[in-house]
Amino acid sequence: MERHTLDNGLRVVLAPDRSAPVIGVAVVYDVGIRSEPEGRTGFAHLFEHLMFQGSENLEKLAHFRHVQGSGGTFNGSTHLDFTDYYETLPANALERALFLEADRMRGPRLTEENLRNQVDVVKEEIRVNVLNRPYGGFPWLKLPPVMFDTFPNAHDGYGSFDDLESATVADAAEFFERYYASGNAVLAVAGDLDLAETLEMVQRHFGDVPARPAPERPSFAEPDLTAERRESYTDALAPLPALASAWRVPDPVADYAAYLPYVVLAEVLTDGEASRLVERLVLRDRTVTSVGGYLGFMGEPWEVRDPTAFLLQAHLPPGGDVDKVLRTVDEELDRLATDGLAEGELARTQARMATHLLRDADAALGRALRMAVLEQQRGTPELLNDLPRLVGEVTEEQIQEAAAALVPQRRATVEVVAGEAAGGTQ
Amino acid sequence: MKALPALGPTRKLKLPKESERRLPNGLTVIAIRRPAVPLVEVRLRVPFARTHLSRAALLSQTLFSGTADLSTVEIAAELQKVGGGLSAGVDPDRLMISGNGLVSGLERILELLGEVLSGAAYPVDEVATERDRLADRIQVAQSQPSHLARVALLKRIYGKHPYAVQTPEVSQVQAVRPAQLRALHGERLHPAGATLVLVGDLTPEKALDTAERVLGTWNGGGKQVDLPHTPPIEPGPLTLVDRPGSVQSSLRVALPAVDRTHPDHAALQLANLLFGGYFSSRWVENIREDKGYTYGPHSVIEHNEAGSAFVAAAEVATEVTGPALLETYYELGRLASLPPKEEELEQARQYALGTLQLGMSTQAGLATLASTYAGFGLRLNYLPEYAARLAATTLDEVAAAGAEYLAPAKTAVVVLGDAERVEASLRALTAVETA
Repeated sequence: MERHTLDNGLRVVLAPDRSAPVIGVAVVYDVGIRSEPEGRTGFAHLFEHLMFQGSENLEKLAHFRHVQGSGGTFNGSTHLDFTDYYETLPANALERALFLEADRMRGPRLTEENLRNQVDVVKEEIRVNVLNRPYGGFPWLKLPPVMFDTFPNAHDGYGSFDDLESATVADAAEFFERYYASGNAVLAVAGDLDLAETLEMVQRHFGDVPARPAPERPSFAEPDLTAERRESYTDALAPLPALASAWRVPDPVADYAAYLPYVVLAEVLTDGEASRLVERLVLRDRTVTSVGGYLGFMGEPWEVRDPTAFLLQAHLPPGGDVDKVLRTVDEELDRLATDGLAEGELARTQARMATHLLRDADAALGRALRMAVLEQQRGTPELLNDLPRLVGEVTEEQIQEAAAALVPQRRATVEVVAGEAAGGTQ
Repeated sequence: MKALPALGPTRKLKLPKESERRLPNGLTVIAIRRPAVPLVEVRLRVPFARTHLSRAALLSQTLFSGTADLSTVEIAAELQKVGGGLSAGVDPDRLMISGNGLVSGLERILELLGEVLSGAAYPVDEVATERDRLADRIQVAQSQPSHLARVALLKRIYGKHPYAVQTPEVSQVQAVRPAQLRALHGERLHPAGATLVLVGDLTPEKALDTAERVLGTWNGGGKQVDLPHTPPIEPGPLTLVDRPGSVQSSLRVALPAVDRTHPDHAALQLANLLFGGYFSSRWVENIREDKGYTYGPHSVIEHNEAGSAFVAAAEVATEVTGPALLETYYELGRLASLPPKEEELEQARQYALGTLQLGMSTQAGLATLASTYAGFGLRLNYLPEYAARLAATTLDEVAAAGAEYLAPAKTAVVVLGDAERVEASLRALTAVETA
């Protein structure tokens, strides 16, 4: 693995792996949902769409056609703290992918027509994923406003239709100018590549992207909760009740050692039938039909900054008792904190986590994406290879301490009440 | 203007090292080497056609719920010890057990798999728990527009064929008893006709030895059950399924298709790409990138053991349901009536060839590919043959496939949406019957 910084400030990570004749290319910009301005909810995501609408040397549709016409696939996604753009292609298309990413880094073609078209597309995306289905946006859009008080952390990252429709080309130009700077981006390439040759290609295509520094990243810090918060809403389409709870965790970047045990704790509690909460709530008590635990509202433990949370979510059977489930969770956390783990319980959880981490790293694109974000947020892309070991070094005492910190008075909970129209027909 | 860089030389499709063995009990084992990460992917495909719908569904959820010696939790914990996990699912063709783990734990994973295959006990309490969970999941699925549209489409195109109903009703699930699961397991979970695929950082011959040692005692026998070929898709009135208050309409269009070994297969795949099979297709560029009617329209050739079908799917805003159908008919009609352009075909061809490489570039991708192919009697050596056919397909052949298979006159269409708001606009375009 090699790291470079171009003269214009673009950081570059290259990781060769000759196991298959394919490459993954990822460009990550250090801007996400938390950075969008008030009155412009959903703008970071809308802007991500605009980055596919043509650029300096590329007409609308050209980006898609060039990637796919080279045998590759592409996408982009908007997260709380970053926005990524990526392709995976046969290795002979590497230079073409670099050209395409460099072209839009120099500037997308922002037109009124493309903006209106993509506002329509994004509205349909929100209808598919949130408005026209049960449990839409649960809990990633529904829990942050319960837990947080400030706009950056609490608002709806998909955006309101009013805000989306109010977006202007000028807004987009300003957003690009401020956040899509070479100094605010990381390029990562993984797969079947030659280091020297690839670096030369990167220089050729990205070297003349105008130098612009990264904007100062504001603090999004908020104080921890001191009293329990709880809200509920009725989902007209949902047939069964559900709940999600969150507790704040240590800073994933600045206080990495303290954060890591929570990532492991989530798996101890909910990974598979032999985990604590699945065994208790699903198999023994039958008070929930499924339960999951994870770090970060978008479920990305290694790709999120402070403030973030440990989340538990559960779906309940018809007429399920949310209070009872929460009481049992408290009881199990207390039992874990007090009595510790069973023999072998931690080791087997860590072994399964190693499998998941290695599996993520099997695909060239998976490696490129994770390395890009690790470089951007931590300056340590090599952490990709260390994660299985670091997870394996978490101790039983650390798990107990983490479990002891998940107390009800620090908890934010959102409850989904089943809609009358949806339930009770069976 | 800066010029788009040329592509480097195309690399020939290279197959990974693999070995295959048919065990005396009838189980076929295929082991494939991809050493990129120290893991193994496991796929066991067991023929499961014409099994009782709700019993098969519940069996897949309770297969790992205990044996005479091990409980649900113990099985899961033993798998976890070697970084492993296994789960099962069913469709009208097969039962699929899939999972993965650290390659150092391959033998242990297969041992636990073998214990379950030979000795799953379907304990009364565990079955009761999983029965309720499955019923809840089905109830949730029945509130999802994508599921409801799928149910309506299958019924519309498959008629009386077993493919027509693939999800049991909640009441049917509630009626299943443990003894019925044990009986179904005894009748159908046999190695004869089953295929085990192992992909990972392994030596293929050694992995076959391990599989033979561990699973060679899995009992033989079992009857062979075949499905009749799927019926032809009958064109006719559009089926409108009412979902009052729906803010989108789920549009589904089905057409006949051919299997992977048919001479028209490559040409039809390319014609499908041109229509809606990838982002840079006519349909997506039209109804998404030009008109903004929808977010993720796509079309695909679905291959099942008893027949293949073309299915196009889009979730469109309620107010543009009629116009979206109009554009769909238009794009199908254009492919059926006019030859595509050479450069458009080349783009689709490169995509088809490139994504074959991508699909083989991970352990999980290889495992799923090898297992799927095995269900159709094919092996990975089908890939270079298919690539050669894609490379050789002519413009005339793609135009002919468009005319033969994608004609709007042959479509079976289902729309799930707010009937009161969309029916009139649909009737302006075609005959409509309400489901």
